[in-house]
Amino acid sequence: MDETNSSPVTRRYLLIATSAVTTVGAAGAAVPFARSWSPSEKAKALGAPIEVDIKKLKPGEILKPAPEWRGRGIVVVYRTPEAIARLEAENRRLADPMSKRSVQPNYAKNSTRSIRPEIGVYLSQCTHLGCVPKYYGEAKPEQFDTSWKGGFFCPCHGSKFDLAGRVEKNLPAPTNLEVPVHQYENDTILHVGIDTEKFDE
Amino acid sequence: MSESLENRGFIARSMTWINERFPWTPTMEKHASKYYAPKNFNVWYVFGVLAFVVLIIQLVTGLFLTMNYVPTAEGAFGSIEYAMHEVDLGWLIRYAHSTGASAFFVVIYLHMFRGFAYGSYRKPRELIWLIGMGIYLVLMAEGFFGYLLPWGNMSYWGAQVIVSLVGAVPIVGADLAEWVRGDFVLSGITLNRFFALHVFALPGVLVVLVFVHMVALHHVGSNNPDGIEIKEKKDEKGVPLDGIPFHPYYTVHDFFAVMVFLILFCAVMFFAPEMFGYFIEKPNFEIANPIATPDHIAPVWYYTPFYAMLRAVTFPLFGLDAKFWGLVVMAGAILIPVALPWLDKSPVKSIRYKGRISKFMLGMLVISFIVLGYLGTIPPSGFGTATAQIATLVYFSYFLLMPWYTQREKTKPVPERVTGGH
Repeated sequence: MDETNSSPVTRRYLLIATSAVTTVGAAGAAVPFARSWSPSEKAKALGAPIEVDIKKLKPGEILKPAPEWRGRGIVVVYRTPEAIARLEAENRRLADPMSKRSVQPNYAKNSTRSIRPEIGVYLSQCTHLGCVPKYYGEAKPEQFDTSWKGGFFCPCHGSKFDLAGRVEKNLPAPTNLEVPVHQYENDTILHVGIDTEKFDE
Repeated sequence: MSESLENRGFIARSMTWINERFPWTPTMEKHASKYYAPKNFNVWYVFGVLAFVVLIIQLVTGLFLTMNYVPTAEGAFGSIEYAMHEVDLGWLIRYAHSTGASAFFVVIYLHMFRGFAYGSYRKPRELIWLIGMGIYLVLMAEGFFGYLLPWGNMSYWGAQVIVSLVGAVPIVGADLAEWVRGDFVLSGITLNRFFALHVFALPGVLVVLVFVHMVALHHVGSNNPDGIEIKEKKDEKGVPLDGIPFHPYYTVHDFFAVMVFLILFCAVMFFAPEMFGYFIEKPNFEIANPIATPDHIAPVWYYTPFYAMLRAVTFPLFGLDAKFWGLVVMAGAILIPVALPWLDKSPVKSIRYKGRISKFMLGMLVISFIVLGYLGTIPPSGFGTATAQIATLVYFSYFLLMPWYTQREKTKPVPERVTGGH
């Protein structure tokens, strides 16, 4: 072979080109593996909406057993008029009182974070690391807070939420409890997982 | 040649036959009988070998555990119960594996401390250190994936907490967490892939990294408690004056250490396999329940120092929330030893000849690590959080102030030859 036909420069270009094409090829080959990790069709199907009956729910209580949607517990809380009044009053302890940074459908972007003021529907999953906050509904001193006004307390890292799922400041959880999309079929039947705004049309 | 071969014994002839086709004798000489280790090794130098022993225990017991294990949400918990109660000596294999997991971290933390104290990460051993950090990271991943497999309630919620951490990454976090889980929540799908990673992918990586760690070590030679390069003083044959063949001297030493270790290992395995809830936590004897969090979620002891640092960050910064910064601090704390070879500017390697500040800082590092480890096991409280914040600062200052204090302090003169030994 003629040495002049394979100068070091040509070789370097060939090396770069080969490396580049190999990298693209390897990245392409990784796609099926990466995509196989996405939620499967079965997993998606199991995420379908659920129906919740709140006929037996009494003021000051939460629905038991907790309904489950997409494997996560749903907390349905029936608030007393006093509790609603407290939620509507200004509370300086809250991190995001107007739910500007939190996740909820538009119809739950109000002071009670709900469609009906007395019924609150939240994912019972702490926005810090996904633990289940416990319900301490009464306004009375608790071990973790002597001036407790009722709400939810996360046993994992101590985040506190009021009865509208709004988180207190300077605690690990960054945002309020998530409100799942939901709607009422009538006074006692509730659907979680369907968007109300679409249902209304 | 062939005539003299005939006159020798069968074993000698076999060795010649093998050595003409595979470098058996040269390999043994290079890594054992003519591998010159410093003669002044002390007890801190047994933990590398012990880690290797634990690796073998984990590989063997793990192999036999998979023979009874069912990697599904429905079957996992029951299959472990089955292995524990109905398989002949299944409980022994399972407890050997769970005790092995904790033992692995005990010996690795001590092995790493040895490196910190004697400057084993310094030139020319930077790569050994980096490969070792790689082993440590893979080991942490192994522990994490493995802890989900029994599908107990602490398995479930521990994994839930850690996978949610991925969700703290800005913008792509939620999608990334969903991708890791393969579901909207942690489910059997997640369990199945963690199983594959735990028993197939990561052990392979681990074995390769351990091999590379030892190849690099035997290329540059071991450090020693004095931090002196024994290769700088050699006799006329090129043998280091302060060296001693690894085999038989250190193999015998190490064999003794392995026996002592196995006695302790068996004591835990037979009499306290749960180690009062530190090795296997109590809620893990109940099946995973996605809608009931245990009252208090704590990781297994070997992660608790870093978990305490994660929890110590309770304030948002630069418009990003506390959860994200907690993740950054935790990841930073785990990864920062990677930078040690370049942070340590001391003219000496070993803590024996370093100044007072280095000794003080190393002591503080150990104390902060133990305090954080304890805080990570207990429920959050105001006092605990404040203590964890201080301990986190102490932990990071060991590393981040190192370029300053290792240059500023007065060091002791390093002797020409190693001290102590045989």
